[in-house]
Amino acid sequence: MRLLDSIRFRIAALFRGSEIDAEMEEELRSHIQHRADDLERSGLDRAEAERRARIEFGGQVKYQEECHDALGNNFIETLVQDVRFSLRVLHKSPGFTIAAVVTLALAIGANAVVFGILNALILHPKNVPEAQSLYGIEHGSDKSPLESYPDYLDLRDRNHSFDGLAAYNVCWAGLDKGKDPTEVGGYEVSGNYFDALGIQPYLGRFFNAADEHGPNSAPYMVLTYSFWHSHFQDDRSVVGRVVRLSKHPFTIVGVAPPDFQGTLLFISPDFFIPLANREQLDGEDILNARGNRGLLMALGHLKAGVTPAQAIADLNSIGAYLEKSYPKDDADMKFTLTRPGLAGDFLGGPVKAFVTGLMLLAGLILLAACANLGSLFAARAADRSREVALRLALGSSRSRILRQVFTESVLISLVGGTVGLLGSITLLRALSTWEPLPGIHSLHIPVHPDANVYWVALLLALASGFLFGAVPVRQILRTNPYEIIKTGSIGKVGRRITVRDLLLGVQIAICALLVTSSLVAVRGLLRSLHSNFGFEPRNAMLVHTDLSTAGYRGDSVAIMQKRMIEALETIPDTKSVGLVSWPPLGGGWIKSDVFTEQTTDLSLSNAAANAFLYNISPDYFHAAGTALLAGRTFSWHDDKNAPRVAVINQQFARKIFGSVTNAIGRNYKMADGTGVQVVGIVEDGKYLNLAEEPQPAMFLPFLQTPSSVTCLVVRSDRDPQQLAAAMKATLQDLDAGLPFTIGPWTMDAALFAPHVATVSLGVMGVMGALLAVTGIFGMAAYSVSKRLRELGIRIALGAQRRRVLQAALARPLKLLALGSAAGLLLGILATRVLAFIVYQATPRDPLVLGGVVLAMVLLGLLATWIPAQRALSVDAAILLREE
Amino acid sequence: MPSQAQLLPGTLDLLILRAVSLGPLHGYGILLRIGQISGNALLIEQGALYPGLFRLVRQGLLKASWGTSENNRRAKFYELTAAGRKRLREETESWNRLATAIGAALAEQPEEA
Repeated sequence: MRLLDSIRFRIAALFRGSEIDAEMEEELRSHIQHRADDLERSGLDRAEAERRARIEFGGQVKYQEECHDALGNNFIETLVQDVRFSLRVLHKSPGFTIAAVVTLALAIGANAVVFGILNALILHPKNVPEAQSLYGIEHGSDKSPLESYPDYLDLRDRNHSFDGLAAYNVCWAGLDKGKDPTEVGGYEVSGNYFDALGIQPYLGRFFNAADEHGPNSAPYMVLTYSFWHSHFQDDRSVVGRVVRLSKHPFTIVGVAPPDFQGTLLFISPDFFIPLANREQLDGEDILNARGNRGLLMALGHLKAGVTPAQAIADLNSIGAYLEKSYPKDDADMKFTLTRPGLAGDFLGGPVKAFVTGLMLLAGLILLAACANLGSLFAARAADRSREVALRLALGSSRSRILRQVFTESVLISLVGGTVGLLGSITLLRALSTWEPLPGIHSLHIPVHPDANVYWVALLLALASGFLFGAVPVRQILRTNPYEIIKTGSIGKVGRRITVRDLLLGVQIAICALLVTSSLVAVRGLLRSLHSNFGFEPRNAMLVHTDLSTAGYRGDSVAIMQKRMIEALETIPDTKSVGLVSWPPLGGGWIKSDVFTEQTTDLSLSNAAANAFLYNISPDYFHAAGTALLAGRTFSWHDDKNAPRVAVINQQFARKIFGSVTNAIGRNYKMADGTGVQVVGIVEDGKYLNLAEEPQPAMFLPFLQTPSSVTCLVVRSDRDPQQLAAAMKATLQDLDAGLPFTIGPWTMDAALFAPHVATVSLGVMGVMGALLAVTGIFGMAAYSVSKRLRELGIRIALGAQRRRVLQAALARPLKLLALGSAAGLLLGILATRVLAFIVYQATPRDPLVLGGVVLAMVLLGLLATWIPAQRALSVDAAILLREE
Repeated sequence: MPSQAQLLPGTLDLLILRAVSLGPLHGYGILLRIGQISGNALLIEQGALYPGLFRLVRQGLLKASWGTSENNRRAKFYELTAAGRKRLREETESWNRLATAIGAALAEQPEEA
């Protein structure tokens, strides 16, 4: 109870602070009045008596303060005093304060941004109830997150671990609400999707498993909140309305809640439709195609009490059953669980590795900033040693002085942290609304900052405040007041390695590490921009469309495609027009297993290769700028009635036939057993990303293997805008109801990851360099100013400039050299990680190594220039007079 | 007043306790009482009294309450607590011992060289 009372008293005292003051004042006034009464009685008039009483009393304010002290200070009052004093001190050296706050704001801001991304993408991926028990499944040694529909059904019905296993896939469709068809993106989901996730509709209802009765039985559609908001203007009467998706009627049954943006992080859908109706959208019947394994992502909540290990064992036993029952379609069915949201480890792996690496770097930056501020603080503490000594001599306790120093450092760190956090919130918000790939409006990086980010920033700020505040502690504890006041400044020149030296060395190493990795990334990016992709994106325009969204089916697809090619060829100045299902490096792809001619057992385990598959028109290679190395390309006669033929790339030839030279004329088998003859060989290219090793790829005539997904490549020297307009008009003449997009052939999708990596490393590198410059500058300036007198005498005695500089700057420069070497070594080790993201990122590159050395030398020169000038211009006479 | 002596550090508290031991007094009253019982031989700056009073209140040796003075003015009155009374007794004894010892030491005639 005593403790409670005391706390209550203190809190009350805090609020009653002004009350106590008023009471104290009244008491002192009462004293003066009583004295004045006495003086008046002795014959003075009232005014004179009061004046005399006041004089006799002495300094009223001073005594009032002493009374305060006598009442005893409580923690908060002392804190307020310390803060006030710190503000005064900081106000007196605005340069130092601004430098410290900016340094910290940058460092903490960088950490908050990176943590915000980490938090949004990895720690807290989804706005789903009980997200911690939600898992996606993936299978095989390559961790494929995709299953076929029949496999999914088996997994769903045979497992005992999930509270409902749902599946979904991303799809595109033409939406027709009566006017202007627009291309929209959505999810095709299993009937139990919303129930398995445990989501409640915002409006209307969700469809569920009971709505599905076989193919195309559930023409229902759920809108996401944001799509409802932007395309239906929050119209609540939308429920029950019928719209056309790719020419087929769908009934809108409900709207999803605002915070539910689907279960993939980067692709926020516009709508959800049942998988049962998928065929209406793209004409492909997947419900019975067990071999179509690259299709559905499955996820669900684990049942209460089921551990991930138990669930994996459960799934693996189903996998063994599937392998045995369907050897033609299923192989390598070893399952793992993964956090949903990043398409399993396929995207999640690199993203996680990169963001974690970035977080590490950001942490290093903060550490460097702390080291920097720590040495600044230590230097200040040394400069203020006289003040500290005086305070000690006047009876202040060392703990009181330390408390004051910490108040100062934490104050700086909190201000810096707040500024940094505000900046990072702005940045994260901007990042969330950014569309990284123009034209694909559903692609987002949802990294809204939340309370976690604020807490981490606050904690980091406090921790760094204490960290750099702790640097000068030993110095203060050792202060001997009498010595300092007698001799002036500390005359001792240390020869041994101090904490400050170590801090600076570490910081320079960090800087060199960052500079190395950003240079490696920039070099890699430049190289990938000028490398050979196996096609030429310059002077080419692309038209993306999916004919199924306009209702084309079966044979009409190829007929329409041919008409489009012919129509585009009539545009003046067009050199060639080609067609391909998905352009390479465009973000979409199809891969297929192939077998050698001799293989009779077409089980997946016997596949000779898993090759990229492109359905192309005869003129595609010409339009895309891909070099035909041997044989022929296709003609319009390579259609359904002609023998099956293929053009393959060099890697395919090496893998299946052993060499490139004898491949022409040979046969291989597709996954369904069809024999295909090789008629031509083209150069290798990049298909999925720029960092990949050479991959096998095959090109098939679109007349033999039709695909409604269509990309038309138009090569022309005309101005892109004029060309685009002409193309648009031409295509609309053919079919006004066909949604399509036109744009130049850019590498945005393929270069997205290296761009992000390079920009973020570049920003970190610049920050690291800035910190290193200020750190070296601080150290050099400090060491010069401490030895100014000695240097002055040396110059007066005729020392050479070189010698003087050596004396003044040897130490920071030695640290610079050592730190740079260490950082360079670390950088070389660290860039192994980078090689996964940036094409040909290697530090064993004379330009990079030279660049790092040059950068560090420049930083050193920049940082020591002013102190060196100061050291050389010392005038001994003036200095000695001053002392 | 040339005959007044400077107060030794720490003795003000003792004087305050002594002054209040005869009955509740307000600040100015305490000052007058000290003058009275010491025969006006001690120099006390008036304001210096108050930090001492606040310290003694915090230590629980005095307690304070507002009242009306003989001049019909509002004033804060101080009186001894039980702890204060005990402290006064102890301090008085220790002071007497000290004074006796110092007095004895000073009374000894030094041998002039």
